[in-house]
Amino acid sequence: MSTTTVEEMAEVTAPEPFWSRQRHLGVALILIGGLAAVVFGSLAPSEDARFTLSEDSAGAALAINGQFGAVLFGLLTAAAGGVLLAGLLKRWSNVFLVAGILSFLLSFLCWQVAGEFMPLVDTTDGTLELALPLILGALAGVLGERSGVVNVAIEGQFLMGAFAGALVGTMAGSVWAGLLSAAVGGVIIAAILAVMAIRYLVDQVVVGIVLNLFALGITGFLYERLMQPNAQEYNQPPQMPEWRIPGLADIPVVGPVFFEANLLVWIALVLVVVIHFGLSRTRWGLRTRAVGEHPTAADTVGIRVRGLRYLNVLLGGVVAGIGGAYFTLVATGSFTKNMTAGAGFIALAALIFGRFTPFGAFGAALFFGFAQKLATYLSAIGSPVPSQFLNMLPYLATLIAVAGLVGRVRAPAADGQPYIKG
Amino acid sequence: MANDHIDITVEPGEVHALLGENGAGKSTLMNQLYGLLQPDEGQIVVNDEPRVFKSPRDAIAAGIGMVHQHFMLVPVFTVAENIALGAEEVRGGPLGWLDRRRSRRDVIETSERYGLPVDPDALIEDLPVGAQQRVEIVKALTREVDLLILDEPTAVLTPQETEELLTVMRSLTAMGKSIVFITHKLKEVKAIADRITVIRRGQVVGTASPDTSEEELAALMVGRAVSLEVEKAPAEPGDSILKISGLVVDDDRGVRAVDGVDLEVRAGEVLGIAGVQGNGQTELVEAVMGLREVRAGAVHLEGEDLVGRSTKRILRSGVGYVPEDRSHDGVVKEFSVAENLILDMYDRAPFGNAFRIDGDSVASNAKHRVEQFDIRCQSPASLVGALSGGNQQKVVVAREMSRPLRLFIASQPTRGVDVGSIEFIHSRIIHERDQGTAVLVVSSELDEVVGLADRIAVMYRGRVLAIVSPDTPREEIGLLMAGITGDTPEGAK
Amino acid sequence: MKRFWSANNFTLTALSMLMAVVIGGVLIIISDATVLAKFGYFTARPSDAFESSWLLVSTAYADLLKGALGDPAVFSAWFSGEATWQQAFAPISETLTYAAPLVFTGLSVALAFRGGLFNIGAQGQAVLGCIAAGVAGFTFGLPIALNLIVAVVAGVLGGALWGFIPGLLKARTGAHEVITTIMLNYTAGLFLAWLVIQQGIQAPGRSDAISKAVAESAQLPSPGGVLRVHLGIILAVLTTAGVAWLLNKSAFGFEIRAVGANPHAAKTAGISVAKTYVLLMAVAGGLAGFGGATQVLGTAHALTPSVAGNIGFDGLLVALLGRTRPWGTLFAALLFGALRAGGNRMQSFSGISLELVTVLQALIVIFIAAPALVKAIFRLRASRATGLGASLAKG
Repeated sequence: MSTTTVEEMAEVTAPEPFWSRQRHLGVALILIGGLAAVVFGSLAPSEDARFTLSEDSAGAALAINGQFGAVLFGLLTAAAGGVLLAGLLKRWSNVFLVAGILSFLLSFLCWQVAGEFMPLVDTTDGTLELALPLILGALAGVLGERSGVVNVAIEGQFLMGAFAGALVGTMAGSVWAGLLSAAVGGVIIAAILAVMAIRYLVDQVVVGIVLNLFALGITGFLYERLMQPNAQEYNQPPQMPEWRIPGLADIPVVGPVFFEANLLVWIALVLVVVIHFGLSRTRWGLRTRAVGEHPTAADTVGIRVRGLRYLNVLLGGVVAGIGGAYFTLVATGSFTKNMTAGAGFIALAALIFGRFTPFGAFGAALFFGFAQKLATYLSAIGSPVPSQFLNMLPYLATLIAVAGLVGRVRAPAADGQPYIKG
Repeated sequence: MANDHIDITVEPGEVHALLGENGAGKSTLMNQLYGLLQPDEGQIVVNDEPRVFKSPRDAIAAGIGMVHQHFMLVPVFTVAENIALGAEEVRGGPLGWLDRRRSRRDVIETSERYGLPVDPDALIEDLPVGAQQRVEIVKALTREVDLLILDEPTAVLTPQETEELLTVMRSLTAMGKSIVFITHKLKEVKAIADRITVIRRGQVVGTASPDTSEEELAALMVGRAVSLEVEKAPAEPGDSILKISGLVVDDDRGVRAVDGVDLEVRAGEVLGIAGVQGNGQTELVEAVMGLREVRAGAVHLEGEDLVGRSTKRILRSGVGYVPEDRSHDGVVKEFSVAENLILDMYDRAPFGNAFRIDGDSVASNAKHRVEQFDIRCQSPASLVGALSGGNQQKVVVAREMSRPLRLFIASQPTRGVDVGSIEFIHSRIIHERDQGTAVLVVSSELDEVVGLADRIAVMYRGRVLAIVSPDTPREEIGLLMAGITGDTPEGAK
Repeated sequence: MKRFWSANNFTLTALSMLMAVVIGGVLIIISDATVLAKFGYFTARPSDAFESSWLLVSTAYADLLKGALGDPAVFSAWFSGEATWQQAFAPISETLTYAAPLVFTGLSVALAFRGGLFNIGAQGQAVLGCIAAGVAGFTFGLPIALNLIVAVVAGVLGGALWGFIPGLLKARTGAHEVITTIMLNYTAGLFLAWLVIQQGIQAPGRSDAISKAVAESAQLPSPGGVLRVHLGIILAVLTTAGVAWLLNKSAFGFEIRAVGANPHAAKTAGISVAKTYVLLMAVAGGLAGFGGATQVLGTAHALTPSVAGNIGFDGLLVALLGRTRPWGTLFAALLFGALRAGGNRMQSFSGISLELVTVLQALIVIFIAAPALVKAIFRLRASRATGLGASLAKG
């Protein structure tokens, strides 16, 4: 009996659909690129768009004729789309996608800035500052979600952190006491979230949403009862000092942004790196990821699933609380009701847009911070583009990302699922 | 109660088989031994020392390892990461910096020592099940266990892979390790076990030696002498009803699952599909039912093209369908028996129309079906979740048989079902056949396929290797299930 | 004791409210400087601290009740002819006014929940409902009843569109509705903020962000005067009945429940899960849009950036409190309306910030959501009490 095994047979071929995701994106890029070249190009005055390296308009600058730039970058966008549509260089398709989107942005900027100037230092500085709470909030989300606990209460943690930072900072007269209490404020919300989600198995999104309202209510209540009548005693926290690292701070553009900054900036940057390596290279990180992906598997090798989730959610509370401190100890000098105004949800968006990774979240937060900064800059130069639409950018970008139009976002497999033994 | 005062003892260096039907309480027992569940009473003694296992951590410390039926591996981790998890090699003290090189080396060492080839850098999700199982075994062995529990390890393996696993088990016991082997497959038990404990309804009903005959073991297992022979008259096949040609289907991960299948089912016959689970049977049936995209090929029901039709339209063209995973796909546990009985006919006369549902006719239908199909429930208003597996399955079968059918498809129709219900469901399937319906039965239990089918198609890696008669020797069908074809040309008989 | 717990959800709800009220009381005390000062010499004269605390808290909650249900003093004044019946019923009118939009947003969340979808987007859908109803209300100038009907339908459609998008994304791409609806909430809010300052929308001669007023013919009829209550609450009750019928008696409701309980089994039985999701989210969005429409056409009468208030998020709590049952949701909305109406009076009479109401609402829902927690707390109390009693008996 001669035997053959099936492995040797070739697979039956089925036709690949022509309209792959890549080709769809290519068409989209060609359309928006063409649109940019025509619309932005025709609207832009034929004057120089100057991107200045110093604070004033006269200093050294990168300059380009606005009309030319708008058309050029629009065409580059379309060209990137063309590469995708033609199905060339498939391995690099994401690079072309990003390049396409960036040149679209540049085309837009050339149109807007033509005849004006955009100070790069101020823009970068503002971007980083606006991104600061988003980075911290998103990192808090990373900590929780990678261990399987959805955190939609970042907004609430921000508010509690901001409030506690202002209150204790003022009472103690110390910005550091304020920072510490901000962390505690974040932890309080995190603790309720953790107990409800992990011990009482309440739906994590439900708890998160309710906690946001709770934080909004309680900080608003105490603000009106305590702070408003007696601001001097309770609501004038000292501000976080800016420190300057001599030498490094003199590097153009980068120097004043990163090396003449407050402690919070450095905390955020360090945390991005620490959490990245912590997650990927340490025992804690390996276990955290295991618990977020397959808690039962983690349990069967003796990992305390619930304990680790508690730890991570509480650590997230610390980070988000510190993020909340930004609002009262850095950005403004006092607490006001609902002052975070949805920043926690932009942080959530950054977390998702950044694909649940520290560096991804960091990049997304910077992008969203830039959108916000751009909105204020454009309204300052009297642009016809409404700031509200630029402010929608984080939300729309996330919408597009989760819809899988630009690469699918994959959450940890056990994200949001309570772990029940047995 | 899943376990009721069970006593078992495992000696060093032996393979102790735990034999029992699905749902007999074998897994529950072993999860207690492994610390995942806590027993209400009784104790565990390891090397003459009584122990309490509050968590798997304690069990591992006591030298017990377990390979679960559903693998406990993180799909997005590498093999080495999965094996290291929970017992990581670290540097840098409290920082806990992973020593990946050492973890890798440990994996390679263990894998070589026990002759279990695994690639430490492969991602679990890219590995076939057989390789994943090796990872699980290596994972347990790196923890220096003395007792290894294998929970239904052969359910997902081909006969050849099973043979390899048995060899590994032999070499492990030769090194002094003990093995608890949980299964409901008699042949494997006889091939490997030193001692056999039979469990039924959470109780030990007997111990046996490997010399005990299969018939005796089966009788012990199910409590009475059973014949899996299904009584039936010879089929009288009529016209061709279902015709599948050149069907190509992908699985959820986009991997080719059905790879050019041609099949035909005629009126009044049962076509059985045999094969180890995971060889494309599930995807084949789902594609026919419009639940999965057809990449190429055609499906015709008496000449009507089914490809591209919605599931609803396919069901309403006279197709009945019993899905393989009852609680996942078959019933809505939060719904009453009555509601489940109209789950696919709720907007059709007499139960209702596109807008509203007629409660009275739903209730009277339920009353009728409950009697007709011997569904044991308190009332038709009870929730299906409260019913036993067998009765839940009868609800599904009753629903799918309660309208005029041209084609009846049943996937694993008696999985996790008690013996009484098995016989009942089998007789209903034959009854349906005798009414002139074309029947397609998919089962990974070869006995079931042989008992029910008039013709048997054997699937392997997404292909139909051969269509044989149920009188074909088991060994030959077994070889086909393992992908080994003889000289017999395809499609004979 | 066991039966007491398993008996009904009513007990749980009552206990949750009790605990929320107690915690609220504590908050009132610790945020009051004068009372806190009395705790400063607590050891010397504890009665001082207790008395002033009790006075503060009891007055506050009494004001809450009076503001929600009615002030007995005003009722007796009405009987003696010193006040009008309108004044006597004004508190209830306020309660119903606040409750009306919450019924709709609550039903929106509850219905989606039964289909296995968590509609956090009720807020954004309500905003779109406000926009569409408001714009229709001051644009068309149709005759009396027609104008109102057109405006309401516009609001429903606006909300339905905003619900349809996440439904479609979920069905087509699997994008999780929690994330998409959150993003759409803020998008809607920003859109509204932009819209109200556009020419043709903004009220002529105004520099602040407010739109033209809705034509009187498009407003929901109301008794007027101090009674702000309007037709919206009656529409809300009718809609509740409609949703209850839809869910329990209709074919679509069967699909919703089947998909919500087990989408795989529903799909296997031929129910199109994708179609159900899309339609369900559109209907849920339409309900929230209806809520937004009642807000604009019933109370606000013009668009402002905050015209929708928090009705979407409150609707979420309402649905949870009502256990995602239509009639339960109606009662929960009435409770929330009462809290809000009473909170207004508490704020103006006792000087307790209205935000306390938000805290109470959140706390009630937290406790409701974690029944095990409430049970644990009350068992703990009970056992401690017996423990104390035992030791006293011994001593």
